[in-house]
Amino acid sequence: MPTSASSWRAPQLSRRFIPVWRRNFLVWRKLALPSVLGNLADPVIYLFGLGFGIGMLVPEVGGVRYISFLAAGMVCYSTMNAASFEVLYSGFSRMHVQKTWEAIMNAPIDLDDVVFAELVWAASKALLSGAAILLVISAFGLVDTRYVLWLLPLIFLVGLAFAALGLVMTALAPSYDFFMYYFTLFITPMTLVSGVFFPIEQLPPALRAAATLLPLTHAIELARPLLLGRLPEHVALHLSVIAGYGAAAFWLALALTRRRLLK
Amino acid sequence: MQADRPLTLASRSPASPLSIRGLRKRYGDTEVVAGIDLELRRGECFTLLGPNGAGKTTTLRCALGLTAPSAGEIRLAGLPVPARAREARMRVGIVPQQDSLDPDFTCAENLIVYGRYFGLDEATIRARIPELLAFAGLEGKRDARIQALSGGMKRRLTLARALVNRPDLLILDEPTTGLDPQARHLIWERLKHLSRAGTTILLTTHFMDEAERLADRLAILDAGRMLTEGSPRDVIAAQIEPQVVEVYGDWNGGGAAGGAEAWAARHAAAFARRFEVSGETAFCYVEDAAPLLAHLSAQAGLRYLHRPANLEDVFLKLTGRELRD
Repeated sequence: MPTSASSWRAPQLSRRFIPVWRRNFLVWRKLALPSVLGNLADPVIYLFGLGFGIGMLVPEVGGVRYISFLAAGMVCYSTMNAASFEVLYSGFSRMHVQKTWEAIMNAPIDLDDVVFAELVWAASKALLSGAAILLVISAFGLVDTRYVLWLLPLIFLVGLAFAALGLVMTALAPSYDFFMYYFTLFITPMTLVSGVFFPIEQLPPALRAAATLLPLTHAIELARPLLLGRLPEHVALHLSVIAGYGAAAFWLALALTRRRLLK
Repeated sequence: MQADRPLTLASRSPASPLSIRGLRKRYGDTEVVAGIDLELRRGECFTLLGPNGAGKTTTLRCALGLTAPSAGEIRLAGLPVPARAREARMRVGIVPQQDSLDPDFTCAENLIVYGRYFGLDEATIRARIPELLAFAGLEGKRDARIQALSGGMKRRLTLARALVNRPDLLILDEPTTGLDPQARHLIWERLKHLSRAGTTILLTTHFMDEAERLADRLAILDAGRMLTEGSPRDVIAAQIEPQVVEVYGDWNGGGAAGGAEAWAARHAAAFARRFEVSGETAFCYVEDAAPLLAHLSAQAGLRYLHRPANLEDVFLKLTGRELRD
């Protein structure tokens, strides 16, 4: 709607997002194998490359093998990437290039449902890829499988949060090139300070404090103990931070998208 | 398509399929739609004719509830828009200006996925696919990928997609722009067919022949205003002289060598109440062409074309001859 005030009205969600989600799922199903392999290859290569390479220099981190330490980081990292890529590149295609959203909104489906469908779809896709990684690391005996199934809802939640953050960028993007800034200025630095590759205790105090504000840090604080067969601490806090990022970013993304498309 | 299996449903509701009153839409300081009134009659084909930037697409977007009007009242399928636009769109089929078929899907998948957006169940949609594909002349293309279709086929599939919910009202935004003549004729023929079967059609175009062929009623739009409205014949009769003589070629009658422009400057006013020179052609609008034709036949070098006035003459009279970019 035209005024900025109405762009900020609360999201109007309904089950009508389901047929839109199914549309994206049908596209994915046609390309499922390359898609899963693509999303799997990058983290698995990192995991084994760094895990064994750095594992030679650093035999143990916090009492576990380096590769087992790294496994939780890679699961979260790949979840973040899978969700981000989906809403940024594929989402932008559907919104701007292919006019898929426009076609859907000519039917009795509102923009809120379309954006919500993108959010849930990206998290679903992250879950599909994340499950494949869990399978690989479990099969190689890199992790303790006692609590491994708890990772599935966690991956979905982390996927939602990063999908929502990515949708903010998609709403603002003039072209695909714009997304490079998001990766180089936000995703990559966050990956380096959130405990993916090394414990955040290694960081200087200021950086460490900054790291605790980032959603990826909280995802890893939950995923790492679970994959080492332990129950995490401060579960409610970590979940609230991740969910808070997701909810706030979704609202922002929706307001910006309304302003862009309903003008 | 079988005559006893209509692709659209003529609703029993007495309300106008679309009624618009005092519609205005402003972007910053520019008023793109500056007061439009429109009342579609059930079963008619109404055409919004206007140059690029006249406000046709914005009017449609407002009518569908895809953007809020700055002022005015809209009722679509009897429901207030934008308040209940989503429900109203259940009864409407839309062919957008830009191709928006799903490139990853086959023809049939495009129809299935689109039908789901209307809450239709799988069996209902699947049952409709053969007739929709037949209507679009795409019987053999059920499992063809979109990339394998020609431009005309894609448009026809988009038309079939717009019929998946059996709409009361079909809205088409420049449906034949970019198509070759054969493909355009086929689209027109399909629209005529729907119109005969009782579907209300609203279409925008900047092609005169399209409007003249399809419209029961039309409105000419420019700068966000409706300049005239009525049946093509009535609009032509009301707005312009019945005969047009186009004069072009070389003319030596003025002493020096010149063209139709020089001739018009000297003589046109004597024969035509109204004339215009555009490029190297003089357009003379007359009630009775005989005196002018007699004069022209005596002018060596000049060539001319005598024809009845058409919609394009009205359009150019009302919207001017300047380029619209």
